[in-house]
Amino acid sequence: MPQVSMTVNGKPATGQIEGRTLLVDFIRETLNLTGTHVGCDTSQCGACVVHVNGKAVKSCTMFAAEAEGADVLTIEGVAAPDGTLDTVQQAFHEHHGLQCGFCTPGMVMSAKALLAENPTPTEAEIRDYLEGNICRCTGYHNIVKAIMAASGQDVSKIAAE
Amino acid sequence: MPKDGGIGASTKRREDARFLTGIGNYTDDINLRGQAYVHFLRSDLAHGRINDIDTSAAEAMPGVVRIFTGKDFETAGSIPCGWQVTDRFGNPMKEPRHPVLAEGKVRHVGDPICAIVAETREQARDAAEAIVLDIEELPAVIDMKAALAEGSTKVHDELDDNLCFDWGFVEENKEAVDEAIRNAAHVTTVELINNRLVPNAMEPRVAVGDYNRGTGEHTLYTTSQNPHVIRLLMGAFVLGIPEHKLRVVAPDVGGGFGSKIYHYAEEAFCTYAAKELNRPVKWTCTRSEAFLSDAQARDHVTKIELALDADNNFTAVRTMTYANMGAYLSTFAPSIPTWLHGTLMAGNYKTPLVYVNVKAVFTNTVPVDAYRGAGRPEATYQLERAIDKAARELGVDPIALRRQNFITEFPYATPVAVEYDSGDFHRLMDKLESRADFAGFAARRAESEKNGKLRGLGINCFIEACGIAPSNLVGQLGARAGLYESATVRVNATGGITVMTGSHSHGQGHETVFPQVVADMLGIDASMVEIEHGDTANTPMGMGTYGSRSIAVGGSAMVRATEKIIAKTKKIASHLLEASEADIELKDGQFTVAGTDKSVAWGDVTLAAYVPHNYPLEDLEPGLEETAFYDPNNFTYPAGAYACEVEVDPETGKVTIARFTTADDFGNVINPMIVDGQVHGGLTQGIGQALLENCTYDENGQLLSASYMDYAMPRADDVPFFSIDHSNGTPCTHNPLGVKGCGEAGAIGSTPTVVNAVVDALQSGGIKVDHVDMPVSPSRVWQAIQAAG
Repeated sequence: MPQVSMTVNGKPATGQIEGRTLLVDFIRETLNLTGTHVGCDTSQCGACVVHVNGKAVKSCTMFAAEAEGADVLTIEGVAAPDGTLDTVQQAFHEHHGLQCGFCTPGMVMSAKALLAENPTPTEAEIRDYLEGNICRCTGYHNIVKAIMAASGQDVSKIAAE
Repeated sequence: MPKDGGIGASTKRREDARFLTGIGNYTDDINLRGQAYVHFLRSDLAHGRINDIDTSAAEAMPGVVRIFTGKDFETAGSIPCGWQVTDRFGNPMKEPRHPVLAEGKVRHVGDPICAIVAETREQARDAAEAIVLDIEELPAVIDMKAALAEGSTKVHDELDDNLCFDWGFVEENKEAVDEAIRNAAHVTTVELINNRLVPNAMEPRVAVGDYNRGTGEHTLYTTSQNPHVIRLLMGAFVLGIPEHKLRVVAPDVGGGFGSKIYHYAEEAFCTYAAKELNRPVKWTCTRSEAFLSDAQARDHVTKIELALDADNNFTAVRTMTYANMGAYLSTFAPSIPTWLHGTLMAGNYKTPLVYVNVKAVFTNTVPVDAYRGAGRPEATYQLERAIDKAARELGVDPIALRRQNFITEFPYATPVAVEYDSGDFHRLMDKLESRADFAGFAARRAESEKNGKLRGLGINCFIEACGIAPSNLVGQLGARAGLYESATVRVNATGGITVMTGSHSHGQGHETVFPQVVADMLGIDASMVEIEHGDTANTPMGMGTYGSRSIAVGGSAMVRATEKIIAKTKKIASHLLEASEADIELKDGQFTVAGTDKSVAWGDVTLAAYVPHNYPLEDLEPGLEETAFYDPNNFTYPAGAYACEVEVDPETGKVTIARFTTADDFGNVINPMIVDGQVHGGLTQGIGQALLENCTYDENGQLLSASYMDYAMPRADDVPFFSIDHSNGTPCTHNPLGVKGCGEAGAIGSTPTVVNAVVDALQSGGIKVDHVDMPVSPSRVWQAIQAAG
């Protein structure tokens, strides 16, 4: 079996793979980083979003072999080493942007990618950007609000709760 | 202001820490040493007779451990149905066998035929392709009315026909209802379809079976909303394993919405195979498989007639519904179109006479069961569509028509067997009117029209029966289970508390909310209380989470257990303080002798219980752990009034939700932030049903909406920010917290609100459309516009 090597959350990661092994399976099964989730098999739900070389990627839609030499960031690598949540994670917590938690890793990774591209997105820009991430619990209300808050916008006036 | 961490506080969730950092423990994150993987070979035909299954080539494939077929399960029990409905004529429903793996016939696309166990998932999948199936295709029955036609192909050969039951409620009222409709000044009729849905919790189902030959103990890790129910159903009815040898664990579960209530074949398979093969067996459902194997929802075809007298008082409601059961009876399927639907047909109104007829039908489709709301959305949708249409036909204001017919006195016994304990529908409507800015609607409509859009305003009122349910009542109605809930409150020696609950949290935030209740009662910090749930090994027998029951029933059990703790700690405190027990007060974690400054701290009392050196051992057992089982004596009745404004593009038929405002009565609220989130999610699922979601089969029984490419669920840009309110509810009168439950309201109340708004928009443009079936997709709206000329 071929071998693949990459950097995951700042650490070197190497493993045996089949040609058909998906990046998400390598992350979950070989590296035991189970925070990245699989919610569908048609690249629609976004629960598996990770960053590859700084870009948000659906890791179910990329072969592990394609990540050879890449720098991969998963949800496990987002908080500070001492466990302190980063700005987006903290905003999701403050604004109840998650319920069952299954889509959450992908949502956080997508939100981080959005804010890297567009530091103060409008509500419409956030909703548009999240078209590749499905959440079945929150109705998106608090996710959008959390992302606006993470970008430093005042969300206190958003539709009364 | 509520105390931080106490009842009424928007305490932030403690669950978030693990879910936000990727260290949750979902079932698919569990990998056991030496585990094998199972792949199910499923039928690609909706209906067929199995002539032969040749697994010889597949068995020789690399990594294959063993291949199982229906023959391996011939002596196993049928996957059981937990509710027996009795038909109009006093006969029990038809209840065909539901095998773990297909026996003799396949009855829907996705019916599992073979289970291939291999060293890896990929090897199992590869081997499945080498199995040679000889299946003779039979005509499929998909349409319910066709399934009931004389001479239709039978889904189950051993039954006389495809009718599961023909239910009438209230049967004794039938003639009086018929007469009231004959004599009515006006009758409004609506024929509608409540579209079939796929629940689609984001986490696909997973099962991991394990067996310990040394102890004879089976363990099943599964994505369940109710591990004790799975243990009972699978152990007692399918595999014959007693509870003390079967542990079921439902760890972090990624959403349920009903679809993870039921006992599924894959759970039984993994449990059985782990023993047969003496190694753990794991199954992870793919999303494509979920579309073919998770219980689906709704799928009613209904005609409703609403009779009014000359003064526009509602005099009778008569409904006729065909309800799709799918190919087999899922765990609670028969209860959904009957008791959870018919009992809500009075709605918020004083209608004196109601008759509901439901014909439940077997078809060659995936089984149908409860999904968020379960029967109550179907009831609300048809009733509120009919009221809206009546208002239009009579030329009266839809709010005034509703108000005129509101129930105003509580308790109120409806003609459909339930007694509403509390409520204030006028106050909800007042609140909605003030918050939704109806006064500004005309200006907003004018603005929309300037942009070439039609704007509509839809109103809806609803009531639901939650806090499921009084065991003796549901037993009379056919439930084969009790519907109490349990809690064990274990106070540890140094004062910290572990609460073991039979409720299960899969997004609801119980780990945050339940401690608020216990901490509030004891006057201690919520961080001193931890919740254990989801493991039959360390929780008392409980019925789990569905039907908006966890705070109302599970929370009440916790209150009762905590009351027992308070009673015992007061006895201990009275001993320590050498005072009469009647004089002991517990406040802010201190026991005080009333009227004195003598006190002892919570931690001293709990320590005394476990280090009973100075302790009334002759009168009181040491230790501090109490269990309560709470059986409610009524349902709870959350109610609401919703308003939605939509914009319809007459060129394309596209509907956009412009505003959505709610006024809900959930009784008392423990954590407003959590309740907000539940309403947001429920609304979005209802909006999904109203505008987007449609599970549809072709005439051969092939599922056309079998992936996220084809089944449209709401995405972030399909919904607006919501304006919701649940303040000042009327407390439930029969449970200790005064709570009613909030999980399903949004999904129940939103569908008619949206469709009423769409019809209003079309009518405002002079388009004579009085109904569009859900999902109100662009093509359907466009076609309706064209048809109206």
